[in-house]
Amino acid sequence: MNPMRQLDRRAFVVGAASAGLALGFDVPFGGPTAVRAADGTREVNAWVVIRPDDTVVIRIARSEMGQGTLTGLAQLVAEELECDWSKVTTEYPTPGQSAARKRPWGSFNTGGSIGIRASQQYVRRGGAAARVMLLQAAANEWKVPAVECVAADSVITHAPTGRTVTYGKVAEAAAKLEPPTDVELKDPRDWKIAGRSMKRLDTADKTTGKMIYGIDVRLPGMLSAAIRACPVFGGKLKSFDEAKIAGLKGVGKVMRVGDDAVAVIADTWWRAKTALDALPIVWDEGDNAKVSSASIAGWLEEGLDPAQPAFVGNADGDARGAIAGAARTIEAVYDYPYQNHAALEPLNATALYTPDKCEVWTGTQDGERAFTAVVQASGLPSDKCDVHKVMLGGGFGRRTVPDYVRQAVLIARQMPGTPVKLVWSREEDMTHGRYHPVTQCKLTGAFDADDNLTGLHMRISGQSIAASSTPELLKDGMDPFTFQGVASSGEAFANIGPARLGYTIPHLLIDHSMRNPHVPVGVWRGVNGNQNGIYLECFMDELAHSAGQDPLAFRCKLMANHPKHLAVLDAVAERVGWSSPAPQGVFRGIAQQMGLGSYVAAAAEISVTDTNRIRVHRIVAATDPGTVVNPAQIERQIAGSFVFGLTGLFYGGCTVKDGRIAQTNFDTYNAMRIREMPKVEAIVMPSGGFWGGVGEPTIAVAAPAVLNAYFAATGKRIRSVPLSNLDIVFA
Amino acid sequence: MAKLSINGQMIDIDVEPDTPLLWAIRENVGLTGTKYGCGIAQCGACTVHMDGVAMRSCGVLVSEAVGRQITTIEGLAINGVLTRVQQAWIDHDVPQCGYCQSGMIMAVAALLKDNPQPSDADIDDAITNICRCGTYQQIREAIHAAANV
Ligand code: FES
Ligand code: FES
Repeated sequence: MNPMRQLDRRAFVVGAASAGLALGFDVPFGGPTAVRAADGTREVNAWVVIRPDDTVVIRIARSEMGQGTLTGLAQLVAEELECDWSKVTTEYPTPGQSAARKRPWGSFNTGGSIGIRASQQYVRRGGAAARVMLLQAAANEWKVPAVECVAADSVITHAPTGRTVTYGKVAEAAAKLEPPTDVELKDPRDWKIAGRSMKRLDTADKTTGKMIYGIDVRLPGMLSAAIRACPVFGGKLKSFDEAKIAGLKGVGKVMRVGDDAVAVIADTWWRAKTALDALPIVWDEGDNAKVSSASIAGWLEEGLDPAQPAFVGNADGDARGAIAGAARTIEAVYDYPYQNHAALEPLNATALYTPDKCEVWTGTQDGERAFTAVVQASGLPSDKCDVHKVMLGGGFGRRTVPDYVRQAVLIARQMPGTPVKLVWSREEDMTHGRYHPVTQCKLTGAFDADDNLTGLHMRISGQSIAASSTPELLKDGMDPFTFQGVASSGEAFANIGPARLGYTIPHLLIDHSMRNPHVPVGVWRGVNGNQNGIYLECFMDELAHSAGQDPLAFRCKLMANHPKHLAVLDAVAERVGWSSPAPQGVFRGIAQQMGLGSYVAAAAEISVTDTNRIRVHRIVAATDPGTVVNPAQIERQIAGSFVFGLTGLFYGGCTVKDGRIAQTNFDTYNAMRIREMPKVEAIVMPSGGFWGGVGEPTIAVAAPAVLNAYFAATGKRIRSVPLSNLDIVFA
Repeated sequence: MAKLSINGQMIDIDVEPDTPLLWAIRENVGLTGTKYGCGIAQCGACTVHMDGVAMRSCGVLVSEAVGRQITTIEGLAINGVLTRVQQAWIDHDVPQCGYCQSGMIMAVAALLKDNPQPSDADIDDAITNICRCGTYQQIREAIHAAANV
């Protein structure tokens, strides 16, 4: 069974009018007569539908893209619901339903590793409220006080008499009750379903080819669209010569999409794409066509000059004075390139437009942002629009931006009544990304005569994600997210969780000279922690070596005030055996960071051949995410994060030539394969009391741990990514 | 027009002979378990079996597939009974997003047919598909588990 079933649209119309009561919770549960499920079953509340056969349908607003959020959130609801886990399935509500009910499911945003932690409280309350209602319904039927009834595994027992009834039998009655105004949540220490390594709910269909991704959507009478947007960002479409492809089999309309793209419609995508490849197109590329990686690098380099103005992200004491008066200073310059997300499923969306309705089927990391794009592009009122989410073939941040949804609607508007599936070719996907931002960094460390670190200036120069994609998040022009992982203790990063520097340095200055080239950038799994991890953690190694100290001991001295940062670092050092020699020919590196609300550290063991061939033998990675919902899924996220981070280190890197991205497919933008996969040993060590993310944070320590090990092996520092540019590859 | 043998059935499709087999399978036959990832034989998401051999179907033309026995992910399980590879994938909770996994499973099924007890090095040589989610560690475990059933 596909767990991604949508709510039935007709049922939704029934419930919409009466729903949306605020009940004193962060997020309302929906009214007593709210939405029915597809089969007509009345919901207990917005989160929970229980069928007469005891099947439990848990509604999830965040998107599943492989990270396990669907299963984790269902575990949290089920925990409070006290239902039988083996009977749980899930479904997505639509953003249109949410809007009509005053957002009972809260945010749909699934970026920044917030899927579970940002909604854990209200989904647990949703489950708890449903349990209370089910207990009350049973008590009413038995005419006994509800306090005499207990629930476990979807069975309600009247303790004094031993009578029992299953949830499925009382769900219809429970749905008619007033929801409770307050509920108590369990202490995580008492969890039985949450906190355990439950198997994912969405695996079976992924092994048989049955799982439906956006690219697999089929609607009656549907046509397919292939698209090409101006290869130079900011450029426009001038003209195209439709006559040249007239008469090609299966090919229909050729159309403008916005002011910068052209699409070909055909009965199959392959025919549309083949025709598009043959279509003569004239672009107005504009001035951006003169920009190259070299011109961008030159501009960023100017920003490294300490005299250039910069936004201050973290400061203590007088770093400039400490550097000027130091017994000794050392300095290094690093850089980090553009990277494409390259989710394995190319971007796509299917749209059906009629003058009074517009619906879209797509994989999106933020249903509500996609919904807004549909409303804007269709020109229809929001209650005439909706988005039906399907499984994502990877997201990694790229599917937070609904540019492809907008295009699909603009195409469908030109063909009212005909559903159209827009699929980007891999080449379109590679060249129209929302890339990892490009930055450089100059670090200067000051030592006193006794080799104590007295000052550090970390000057970042380069691009801001917020300026490019979410300018509303800028604070007086500054992008606080630039300082992810090196932020001051006061910085909250409200929506993605704290990302504080783990060192106390007497005189500190971390600042950002913002320079925004024309290439659009966005959140790329791990976000700004990725480059900050390399910059700071590799430089920490440089500082330690220049002071003749062990990299671990050097860090520990600066981390006394940061016990949680220190605990994960100690954990990896101990597990990797830092205090004893590595095996013959094997060298070690370490790194730590806090990001997206979690504390992480890694130790790498690598060997390097005479011809610069690297084998990463072993990675030990520790994470303290505060609270753990599914340890096995966290281990998988950690292992996967090293594939993502080390792919970026070894192979990543999009270069700009004539204003466009030069890499067009996996032949020039490689990805790690199984041969290159190190053994990842994950240490999951929740210290309790907070909720951190797990899908991304460890990416930030992957590259610096390996780079520091490379120095240990060779005595050479690498300060530039990707390694393939330096002719350093996997063995 | 072309006549293809897919999952044991002969199917007539209206398609140019130079169409990649991948797109004929997905769009003309309507079996969407076989995925498009790159179109240039780099990622392996489109892996199918042709006469029992793993092939990247984006690099095979329909004209080259005529007269061959093609098996897709949908045809792997016989009468709904999952193969040991599929079962190992479930037991080890391998897929993350799952988009690469049809191709992975097809590649692994072909490997185990030729080499029922592959070593880690054999796996490294034979399995060159891309998984962007990074499920390689679980894939390796599941291959060994399937080999030892
Ligand atoms: S789609 Fe065929 S190998 Fe990538
Ligand atoms: S599971 Fe997502 S690409 Fe492999």
